Amino acid sequence: MADPAAERAPALLEVRGVTLQYKTREHLVTATYRVGFEVSRSDRFVMLGPSGCGKSTLLKAVGGYLAPVEGEIRLNGRVIDKPGPDRVMVFQEFDQLLPWKTVKENVVFALRASGKLKGRAADEKALATIEKVGLTKFADTLPHQLSGGMKQRVAIARAMAVEPDILLMDEPFAALDALTRRKMQEELLRLWEDTRFTVLFVTHSIPEAVRVGNRILLLSPHPGQVKAEMQSSGRDEERLSQRIHEMLFSEKVEEATDG
Amino acid sequence: MAEQAATHVVVVKPLTAWERISGNSALRKTALLVLLALFWELYARKLDNPLLFPTFGATLEAFGSAIASGVIPQRTLHSLQVLAQGYAAGLFFAAILTAFATATRIGTDLLELLTAMFNPLPSIALLPLAMLWVGLGNGSLIFVLIHAVLWSVALNTHAGFRSVSQTLRMVGRNYGLSGPRFVAQILVPAAFPHILTGLKIGWPFAWRTLIAAELVFGVSQGSGGLGWYVFENKNQLEIANVFAGLFTVILIGLFVENVVFATIERRTVRRWGMQT
Repeated sequence: MADPAAERAPALLEVRGVTLQYKTREHLVTATYRVGFEVSRSDRFVMLGPSGCGKSTLLKAVGGYLAPVEGEIRLNGRVIDKPGPDRVMVFQEFDQLLPWKTVKENVVFALRASGKLKGRAADEKALATIEKVGLTKFADTLPHQLSGGMKQRVAIARAMAVEPDILLMDEPFAALDALTRRKMQEELLRLWEDTRFTVLFVTHSIPEAVRVGNRILLLSPHPGQVKAEMQSSGRDEERLSQRIHEMLFSEKVEEATDG
Repeated sequence: MAEQAATHVVVVKPLTAWERISGNSALRKTALLVLLALFWELYARKLDNPLLFPTFGATLEAFGSAIASGVIPQRTLHSLQVLAQGYAAGLFFAAILTAFATATRIGTDLLELLTAMFNPLPSIALLPLAMLWVGLGNGSLIFVLIHAVLWSVALNTHAGFRSVSQTLRMVGRNYGLSGPRFVAQILVPAAFPHILTGLKIGWPFAWRTLIAAELVFGVSQGSGGLGWYVFENKNQLEIANVFAGLFTVILIGLFVENVVFATIERRTVRRWGMQT
């Protein structure tokens, strides 16, 4: 549960009473209903919930791709109104890399397009970041020649290179096999130890949430609402998973009685 | 002893010459070509009527001397210049139409409607109108060339833009791209396989249309193109030259298809693993 007594640094990202809606061909769907939370600097903040809880939609709203119909989202006190390189997204899909650019060119592209660096400086920064994710040997390789895990590493490197205020990760490892997935989670933590970036991470996997996050926001579906917020200390993972399990399970029971 | 052992040890046996030759498609096709040429030569000799059907040898000779005299190169250059102008103008209008179609829904409707209407219309059928509007000369050639190129390129580019994945679009916007930069750095390269398809479909349309149009009135500026060369020689009953002219048309067609476009394809979409 959230600990109100805990003293935090002023929030980097504030989400207040956010209701999100989107249209499908036939319906107007309310993805989240009055969701609120705060992310502080260097948090590894995980949004966890079953499909339909609006966690990805919420992430897109933080990304600036979708405007809330109610409430507001602020980064560093400024209302988010459009996408920008201060919040870089890493997607689940492998096609997030530009297939016509090599690994290095993909990272350089991010630096140039966002106006962070140009010319030689961009090249050097790109190579340094690629080295951090262990892909130096593949700097001149095109994305279609890489494995899924490597592609995700490039995407992470590209996002980290522009040094955003917050990294937004939308189930980045969901399309990977279990072993690679595990490795990538550890690597992400290692990278975090390095620079202590702030990350907002969306997943539907309880073990992943417990492993990756230091704070976990549990969302319930239809429409997405905050069910609980928890701390993950890295110890007692078993018990935390168990508790989350129970909460999600009780959710299902409630749903059944509601219907 | 050693010799004997060696003969027993051999596990990889080269294919017989015949097996190797018959397995090579380029060789098979060359053989077919030679056979056809031989048949042509024999038939033409038997017919013995150079006015109707010159021999293969005579055609080659005419081709050789027309190249040596600089007539065919000059005519070819003229045709290619007009083609390049028409092709470029077609691309320009395709870009405008696609931009409009990508930006607005009514633009999409317009593009689809115009394409459905004009694509089945042979460009050459517009020639009389073009002559009426633009006058005799390269202007009306370019007019019909635009028509030949525009629709396939615009339609394919638009389809390509629409098929660019949502993820790539979001990536582009995430790093701050919008407007023309977004189009140039995300949409165009991501849609390039489709754009290339449009260019490849448009090219033979344009080439055929140009030769046909020149046949009708290529003489306007004193120096016509290849189509006019064919027509001229037919009038002078230099049938071997007619064959040589047609031969050049075929050669250029093959060259653009198999060298120019093949190279572009290898260096771009195939290298990127984006082949559709």
